[in-house]
Amino acid sequence: MANEVVDHGRRRFLTSATAVVGGVGIVSAAVPFIKSWEPSARAKAAGAPVTQSLKKIESGQQLIVAWRSLPVFIVNRTPDQLATLPKQDPRLVDPKSDGSSADQQPKYAQNGTRSIKPEWLVMVGICTHLGCVPNYVGEIKPEPFDPDWQGGYYCPCHHSRYDLAGRVYQGVPAPKNMQIPPYHFVDDTTVQIGVDPKEGA
Amino acid sequence: MANVFASIGDWVNERAPGLMPVYRKHMTEYYAPKNFNLWYYFGSLALLVLVNQIVTGIFLTMNYDPSAAGAFDSVQYIMRDVEWGWLIRYMHTTGASLFFVVVFLHMFRGIMYGSFKKPRELVWLLGMLIFLVLMAEAFMGYVLPWGNMSFWGAKVIVSLFGTIPKIGPALQEWIMGDFLPADATLNRFFALHVIALPIVLLLLVVLHLAALHEVGSNNPDGVDVKHGPKGNRWDALKPADGIPFHPYYTVKDLVGVGFFLLIAAFIIFFAPTFGGWFLEHDNSIAANNLVTPAQIKPVWYFTAFYAIVRMIPSAFGTAVWGVIGMFGSIALLFALPWIDAGPVKSIRYRGTGYKVALTIFVVAFLCLMAIGMDLTDEYFPKLFGAGIDITLWDNVFGRIMTLTYFGFFVFLWLYTHLGWEKTKPVPERVTTHD
Ligand code: HEM
Ligand code: FES
Repeated sequence: MANEVVDHGRRRFLTSATAVVGGVGIVSAAVPFIKSWEPSARAKAAGAPVTQSLKKIESGQQLIVAWRSLPVFIVNRTPDQLATLPKQDPRLVDPKSDGSSADQQPKYAQNGTRSIKPEWLVMVGICTHLGCVPNYVGEIKPEPFDPDWQGGYYCPCHHSRYDLAGRVYQGVPAPKNMQIPPYHFVDDTTVQIGVDPKEGA
Repeated sequence: MANVFASIGDWVNERAPGLMPVYRKHMTEYYAPKNFNLWYYFGSLALLVLVNQIVTGIFLTMNYDPSAAGAFDSVQYIMRDVEWGWLIRYMHTTGASLFFVVVFLHMFRGIMYGSFKKPRELVWLLGMLIFLVLMAEAFMGYVLPWGNMSFWGAKVIVSLFGTIPKIGPALQEWIMGDFLPADATLNRFFALHVIALPIVLLLLVVLHLAALHEVGSNNPDGVDVKHGPKGNRWDALKPADGIPFHPYYTVKDLVGVGFFLLIAAFIIFFAPTFGGWFLEHDNSIAANNLVTPAQIKPVWYFTAFYAIVRMIPSAFGTAVWGVIGMFGSIALLFALPWIDAGPVKSIRYRGTGYKVALTIFVVAFLCLMAIGMDLTDEYFPKLFGAGIDITLWDNVFGRIMTLTYFGFFVFLWLYTHLGWEKTKPVPERVTTHD
């Protein structure tokens, strides 16, 4: 036994084969643990559309409703507020929402007001930077954070600024315009969030 | 009595003869340089705080309920109804902040005396890993009370991962286990905070100390006592400028412990929220997924890194740059042993350029902290008049400080790799030998 020659090639092969098989085993055993962190079936199930009456939202006011646990802003924009929108274009990252923000709204809201009806803004109130809820600062007057404030949204987290159509200004951390969810008008004073308008309706 | 102990000792020794040599190697026969100063307290203080966090943490879990529905109330219950619950919680929250005070000073000591340089790179790298795990641990602990700051803090930090191109959004959902921080998120953060990360932390601390004891401690003069003359009062072959860790430094460290506990007790009893620095006001409101607190900022120890995220604007349709900046600011600390190639360790004998640069670096770090804490928003109008554009000045100031932070590492590399540094002569032995 003692003077038998050691077959190094065979030994190396067995060592690496054992290591590879063991490695594959560990990796496959890790999969269920990693997958267990994904949203569960219960978390995925919660997400029905929401219907909201617009009757009580006065001109210039914002209402926040929850849709899929996300805050959705509904704003009744005044003519003055709407008039500010075209003037912001040179200061915005993507004024037409066709560049980096092309996927931030359904086709029917890819316009100057980012809405179906000009006065009604319906928007997911989540900052595109790191997900805070920006504050609605609707009045057109100098603010401590911007002496030339034209009305819009100010994010408390890292001070990103958006105009009254949720379009992001240049030079702030947020990269994109805020998201417009699928929505449609059930009738003149009711909106449903989470469902696209019917084709041709 | 003494006989009983002696015979128990003998009994153990016979069965595990390897134990006493280990004890001697790390305690009574670990020869540490005799010239340690105040800066060398913070390692043992970090150990003390670690023990405090574990003990108070265990007792907190006994009444805490890790569910989105129950967490907030259970913390209020600990504060109001559990006997001495308030003390245990304040010891834990104050401990968390003091942990970072102690670790920041401990790290600064390492930079000042060149303790990260050869042969202690491994000690430094393990220390940096500890720092990373400590940040994760602190963040997850902060989420547990499920106040409104907890919720939005969790949202923002997890969204950092969402900025990674392509995989970001899926990764973000994977971390949260939902589409926003929810029950699933709280449960897993609880599991990580109370068991997974503490185990990793303890292991890293053991390795950190083991690595240190392999090469021996540095000291304020940055000269290696192992290379100095041999022979001291206890051992003819050991460094002349070394003294046994136990009892000499254990006793010294006890003085530090006493002083530290005095300060800690004062905070715990008289200023447990520390004016909103250690415990934030908005966190005594329950989590609300529709309203972000008006003033949202992380706890003070994250503010410098947070300010860097805030100062870097988005570009090319992604916000990942700020995140890269933030992680980069920490990654550069990992790389310090290779960025700084200066042959002299201690700041006492390094070039003037280094001293100036390090001072500026500390100032920049403190300024970034102030920006992250929104102190600049508060004081700029007071200093320069109410009409100024705060965001503009915040950004100008913050970006200069961010560049200064990164500039330090660039300067250090050039300064030491291109041989610009003019050092002073380093003494043969530690300066306080007899
Ligand atoms: C849980 C946190 C930590 C604990 C419990 C801890 C503990 C210790 C202890 C007890 C010592 C020896 C005493 C001393 O030199 O002060 C030490 C040394 C050291 N630590 Fe840490 N440490 C921690 C975190 C860190 C971090 C975050 C770093 C930096 C990245 C670091 C870097 C070092 C270095 C470089 C030394 C050697 C210092 C010298 O010899 O001059 N440590 N640590
Ligand atoms: S989350 Fe809004 S600016 Fe960062």
